[in-house]
Amino acid sequence: MAYNCVVLIKQVPDTKRITGQAMNEDGTVNRAALPAIFNPEDLNALEMALQIKDTCGGKVTAVAMGLPAASDVLREALFRGADDAVLVTDRRCAASDTLATSYILSCAVKKLKADIVLCGRQAIDGDTAQVGPQLAEKLGITQITYVEEIKELKDDEISVKRNTGNGWQQVKTKLPVLLTVIDEANTPRVAGAKMLMKNKKARTPAELEGDAGKIKELEQKGLLIKQWDLDFLEADMQWCGRDGSPTKVHRIQSVVLAAKGTKQIEATQDGLNDMIHELIVDHTIG
Amino acid sequence: MIKVNKKGEVWVFAEQHRGKLEDTSLELLSRGSILAKQLGVKFAAVLLGDNNVKPLCDKLIHFGADKVYLAQHPLLEHYQTNSYNKVIYDLIHKYEPQIVLFGATPTGRDLAPRLASAVKAGLTADCTDLQIGSHEIKKTGEKYDNLLMQIRPAFGGNIIATIINYDRWPQMATVREGVMPMPEANGTRKGEIINETVHINQLDLPIEIIAEHIQAKKVNLKASRVIVAGGAGVGSKDNFKLVYDLANCLGGAPGATRAAVDLGFIDRDHQIGQTGTTVRPSLYIAVGISGAIQHQSGMSDSQKIIAINNDPDAPIFNVAHYKIVGDLNAIIPMMIKAIKEKV
Ligand SMILES: Cc1cc2nc3c(=O)[nH]c(=O)nc-3n(C[C@H](O)[C@H](O)[C@H](O)COP(=O)(O)OP(=O)(O)OC[C@H]3O[C@@H](n4cnc5c(N)ncnc54)[C@H](O)[C@@H]3O)c2cc1C
Ligand SMILES: Cc1cc2nc3c(=O)[nH]c(=O)nc-3n(C[C@H](O)[C@H](O)[C@H](O)COP(=O)(O)OP(=O)(O)OC[C@H]3O[C@@H](n4cnc5c(N)ncnc54)[C@H](O)[C@@H]3O)c2cc1C
Repeated sequence: MAYNCVVLIKQVPDTKRITGQAMNEDGTVNRAALPAIFNPEDLNALEMALQIKDTCGGKVTAVAMGLPAASDVLREALFRGADDAVLVTDRRCAASDTLATSYILSCAVKKLKADIVLCGRQAIDGDTAQVGPQLAEKLGITQITYVEEIKELKDDEISVKRNTGNGWQQVKTKLPVLLTVIDEANTPRVAGAKMLMKNKKARTPAELEGDAGKIKELEQKGLLIKQWDLDFLEADMQWCGRDGSPTKVHRIQSVVLAAKGTKQIEATQDGLNDMIHELIVDHTIG
Repeated sequence: MIKVNKKGEVWVFAEQHRGKLEDTSLELLSRGSILAKQLGVKFAAVLLGDNNVKPLCDKLIHFGADKVYLAQHPLLEHYQTNSYNKVIYDLIHKYEPQIVLFGATPTGRDLAPRLASAVKAGLTADCTDLQIGSHEIKKTGEKYDNLLMQIRPAFGGNIIATIINYDRWPQMATVREGVMPMPEANGTRKGEIINETVHINQLDLPIEIIAEHIQAKKVNLKASRVIVAGGAGVGSKDNFKLVYDLANCLGGAPGATRAAVDLGFIDRDHQIGQTGTTVRPSLYIAVGISGAIQHQSGMSDSQKIIAINNDPDAPIFNVAHYKIVGDLNAIIPMMIKAIKEKV
């Protein structure tokens, strides 16, 4: 049986490469100073979907919500083997918390009629790991979190191994289902040369700045990446963007993890003896 | 969602598996009861399980709960997202609590977002601190008092955000394991147990658990007063013996960075940091550790920190109280000698 898989992918700033320059003076993060990348665990989710297609047949669609720049990760998904890609972009999505994000994504996924929805466990910028379970609730389907491996997929039944933090569980359920995938699940394949050649020129309408001629040309060549706004999704505005987000940011501080008064100790027997003596006197040890 | 309800109680989800309460739930009882006192409302634990979990109610009360809402049903024996979600959803709409807290355990992080989505309330992830405070919207001058300030790291641990929700309640949050102190039990505390009728059936259990394996954690880092943690700089699995030796002579536990775990020097149970355990021992000794932010976020609250590194500019020194620049292979034996002679 062939399956229709939808993978949710997020473009994120590479928070692993954060440096002093990436912080603004007011403590907020200067996203422009960080490279934008494919959220790491979303690559594992994509790989899992592609493996389902490899063994059972079907289709893989990648969906990203974000600024037009997120077209980059959608192209990357096409290079790696996704069949189709959708950019959800709309100014009114701005300031969405996870509840609003999952509502908007649910409107898009509903249009795609998925058998299996795959998310990364967690995005490395917002770091909440909430969008997967919330999206499953909005879609009214079963969720299985922290998926490490698909054990069996047959007809409308799936059995997976999930990591429970202090061990594992093998569970079985009926489709449709939403899986959140962890980085231990697999090693994502790299872009295929053929897919790269084929999709190198794929663009979203936003990237073409509305040039009607260009849009038409790419559409005819099958290289126009789908782009949906909130009107197209028939989203209820009360659940989108700032209005749809119950959580608000009260304050942001950059982390200055500094100890008060660092004492340098000589790396000699005497120096170490003195330090240990101090720690005994102040009851830290002993 | 429920309306803002200043008389609402403060709730903690009492997570139990096979009749044993999770440490994180107990840790939450200390902070939860303080928050409730500040707000002048009752503090309750919500306990779900099969017909054998009732004895846990006393423990929850001894650790700080004023009340326990007890939902017992044979189908609640094993945690499942949908069944637990449904029971707590009903309780929230019945009692309209103002705050609902969960441990940021694998179960808490599976359940809380599903529930927040169903309730249409906000949820703050993985908090490291909770306080009561007020918020003013500068533009309109509107002021909201007695809000839950939900403090959490984000952006890979590089920023700390304070999140609030003032218009759609309950205020919900998951709280990271090990960041709140474990309260002391008080065996004489009295509280109220409220038995709830549960309305669920087989359809609320869409998942079949086929097999399960539980690994007992080999170390209890959270309970250790002294931790000696080794990083990639230790160099090899064999050389990690230095870390064990130093830990042993201080009666401490061995910890590690993710790099050391990935290199196979030591088991993953020992990992400290954002994706490992968060610890706050009296003494933390960092050996051959560069001090990446993801590591620091799991240990920077230690009372005393000693760092040993041959790179004088290693970021770990920014959080260290004692800075020792040099080769760990020479320094550790000298330190062991110093300890053996003094202690
Ligand atoms: C500092 C800071 C703190 C925040 N704290 C909170 C908070 O506590 N609670 C809260 O509700 N919101 C919070 N937010 C907002 C939240 O980060 C955004 O709503 C974000 O769009 C989604 O959350 P996430 O990045 O945590 O994703 P996660 O929930 O970690 O993402 C999990 C998976 O969902 C999918 N996914 C997520 N976003 C998208 C997308 N845009 N397009 C496609 N797929 C996606 C991906 O598969 C991803 O791997 C915070 C934002 C900031 C900047
Ligand atoms: C999403 C995410 C989550 C992560 N979570 C965690 C986490 O939970 N915990 C964690 O630890 N990391 C985590 N990391 C990884 C983290 O970013 C670092 O890569 C890791 O902490 C580095 O480990 P290290 O200090 O052992 O290694 P390195 O950075 O390689 O540092 C080794 C240090 O040893 C010193 N050294 C070498 N030889 C000697 C010697 N002979 N004597 C003295 N010093 C010597 C070197 O000067 C160097 O400073 C995470 C990363 C990401 C992206």
